[in-house]
Amino acid sequence: MAISNPPLPPAPVALPPLSDDAAAHLLNRAAFGPSPADLDAVRSMGASAWLAAQLTPGEDPALEARLAEFKTLKLSVGEALEQYPPLKKRLEALGLSKEDLADEDGKEKLRELRQEMKDELPRQLIVELTQARLLRAIESRRQLEEVLVDFWFNHFNVSAEKNRTRWMVTSYERDAIRPHVLGKFRDLLGATAKHPAMLWYLDNWQSVRDGFEPRRRRNGKNMPTGLNENYARELLELHTLGVDAGYSQGDVHEAARALTGWSVEIKRGGTFAFHPQAHDPGAKQIFGLSLEAGGGQSDGERLLDALARHPATAHHLAKKLCVRFVSDAPSPELVERIAQVFLSTDGDLRATVQAIFESPEFWSSSGAKTKTPLEFVASAVRAVGTLDDVQMPLARALDALGAPLYRCAPPTGYAEHAAAWVSAGALVSRINFGLALASGRVKGVRVRLPARSADAERTIDSVAAQVLGRPPSVQTRATLLKALGAKEEDGEARVPSPAVVAGLLLGSPEFQHQ
Amino acid sequence: MRRRDFLTALGLSVPALSRALAQSTTRPRALVTIFLRGGVDGLSMVQPSGDAALRGLRPTLMHDGASLDGFFALHPAMKSLLPFFTRKELAIVHAVGQAHASRSHFDAQDALESGVAGSRRADGYLNRALASLPSTEPFRAVAVQNALPLSLAGDSPALAFPSLAQFRVAGGAAAATTFEALYEGAVDEAMRSSGHDAFESLDAARTSAMANAPPRNGAEYPKGVLGRRLADLARLIHADVGLRLGVTETGGFDTHLAQGAGTGQLATRLQELADALAAFATDLGPKLSDVVVTTVTEFGRTARENGTRGTDHGTASALFVLGGGVKGGRVVSDWPGLAKDQLFEQRDLAVTTDVRSVLSECLAAADLTAPGVFPDFTPRRLALF
Repeated sequence: MAISNPPLPPAPVALPPLSDDAAAHLLNRAAFGPSPADLDAVRSMGASAWLAAQLTPGEDPALEARLAEFKTLKLSVGEALEQYPPLKKRLEALGLSKEDLADEDGKEKLRELRQEMKDELPRQLIVELTQARLLRAIESRRQLEEVLVDFWFNHFNVSAEKNRTRWMVTSYERDAIRPHVLGKFRDLLGATAKHPAMLWYLDNWQSVRDGFEPRRRRNGKNMPTGLNENYARELLELHTLGVDAGYSQGDVHEAARALTGWSVEIKRGGTFAFHPQAHDPGAKQIFGLSLEAGGGQSDGERLLDALARHPATAHHLAKKLCVRFVSDAPSPELVERIAQVFLSTDGDLRATVQAIFESPEFWSSSGAKTKTPLEFVASAVRAVGTLDDVQMPLARALDALGAPLYRCAPPTGYAEHAAAWVSAGALVSRINFGLALASGRVKGVRVRLPARSADAERTIDSVAAQVLGRPPSVQTRATLLKALGAKEEDGEARVPSPAVVAGLLLGSPEFQHQ
Repeated sequence: MRRRDFLTALGLSVPALSRALAQSTTRPRALVTIFLRGGVDGLSMVQPSGDAALRGLRPTLMHDGASLDGFFALHPAMKSLLPFFTRKELAIVHAVGQAHASRSHFDAQDALESGVAGSRRADGYLNRALASLPSTEPFRAVAVQNALPLSLAGDSPALAFPSLAQFRVAGGAAAATTFEALYEGAVDEAMRSSGHDAFESLDAARTSAMANAPPRNGAEYPKGVLGRRLADLARLIHADVGLRLGVTETGGFDTHLAQGAGTGQLATRLQELADALAAFATDLGPKLSDVVVTTVTEFGRTARENGTRGTDHGTASALFVLGGGVKGGRVVSDWPGLAKDQLFEQRDLAVTTDVRSVLSECLAAADLTAPGVFPDFTPRRLALF
């Protein structure tokens, strides 16, 4: 497993003094929302020191201990395939033929076996991975790192739904994404390019030079017979240059030629393998890069070098990072400044992210972004309590919001901008999740809210201070007070329960923003 | 009292009133699409018994379903659809699909839902078809499934919920009223208008109490998720809340292993499909002529059965078009044949009708035509309607 570069000492930064709003704002963007503990930390350390600590994160032994309980997180691709084989293989190992299971009794037996083996079937890999990601997003002390893992996984998206990718995603996130999110972009790009999950998901494993005659497989399945441009296209369009960089279909074709033979050795534990016989040995011309004939595997490496350092890549990544961290329509000046930081540091992602958080545009963007489903779910849990035990209902909440983890099918990943997430159906789902969560009906979450105060006004203020991390807007406060503070017929003022206030706040427009 | 409460007190929902005011003489039709995920074996669902090559290709998969026209036979598990075929309310299209689709579920489903041959885009063909409609009706496009499918993703608003019963705000009327007030005051325009849509839809759902409405005309839906979803779509249609596009899906058609013939794994799935469709049509009653129902699937399956008495991913399949004035009682097919040299890549039923030609006519029958629904594609006229 690759180790990221030793952390550089963070440069001294001059951040504005922290208002209530600023602490919540920083935690909404650089973390998965304000939790009471992190709010205290930001307020007592100050924004600069908190951010510096997040940029060079220390150990989090409490979280590591909880993650150690998951059985699959440390498995290699090969181990995952061996220990969590498809149901069909399991049945064969039990000596059950398909004939045994074809009739009604057989189907009943199959149902029983499925139930018995449900923790040993391949889906368990994704169940655990999902649970671990939610646990980290909610409870990790290395919050910024988790936010960046979410960003970069999504940028280099692979979907567990695409046949064999399921066995590879655990390793992909752990080995290709996680070690590099505060490192150099070239290392991150290279790690994704060579990971079996990406090679499989975007088909490059079967992309071979024209005219290459592979050995046919025994069961007669079709083997690759030519170039597959899928990865090369997404590499240019999504991972590096961006769709508007000005490259042509010819450049995509040439890039695909450079990457022929970059494949996977499944039998040897699911690792990257370069197949020289399948590689196109000719010279290539790719968007200004000339590769002489006979380059072999170095063709691909040189292509990645050039792409990682191209100004269009810097611009594309800077824009996407600014959309994530500042606003859906960041100013061109900000994007240009951040792109320059990326270029001048040779794609140092720590320095690039740091520059965004130190920009005045960041500090004046409070409330400008809509939370993605993961940001909404994680921030809601962090706002009202702690995650004692990750249960599937929490993961299913993401399904209902249209963003299941590890199952985003297209290589674009999920959208970073609001339009994709704001719809009537989605709002109803968010409202209901917030209500269930606040009333203690989401399994595994321990809710801790302020005690009921003497009157409605104080109850609303104290619950809002915790849930939003800052005072509510005048509008929200007035609406809640009107709804919850009305006098009874006998003239007695009602005092709403903190859970009711929290449920309304989690579903309010204010909580959907960050 | 808000305007809507006032109208509700009069027994009118806002959409109903706007429709009444519009005084439309004919009701626009709705299109309901059912995605059969996993790749349905069209050669078993609608078996070309008259093709001499079939028996040799599929020794253990043949069934003795009722003949439709002397050449094709409907799977015996689907006999509940026969009356609709006889009454010419049901048409079948065969050798239909995506000509150059991938044999990956993932790619082929995405391409179909994108409406683009062999590739995917971020929005779906059904969403693009909505572009021609005013977006005033909260229930005009609804997916009754867990999340919005790619076919409905895009710029036009569309709802998705797993069931009508779950499309409500928990916590009672007081909570709903407070949320509505919170969203009316939202600073952000998109949030405010989505909130408005949400509460209008919720209001309409509540005032019509449609979530609990029993099926009509004695319809009995089969057990299982598809029946429940179609029952909800029928409720939306009966409630007259402006539904123009209904989408749902079911799975379990990826029959690589022990597929079965007249009975068995595939038969069970097909029976649920047929019974659910028949119940839906019965439930709609005379309204069936205002609703076009079509099934789609990402690909068909190999013509030859495999070594495990199942079938692998193939190319063309078959689909149903029900209601909406379809000229039914026939199997529409330019039959490519199953002899070895007639098979696509010597293994699959070849596509002779692009599924987008069928969908284009279904969309047109439901008055849902907008430019760019299927980019760079010219449909072939099938005269289904």
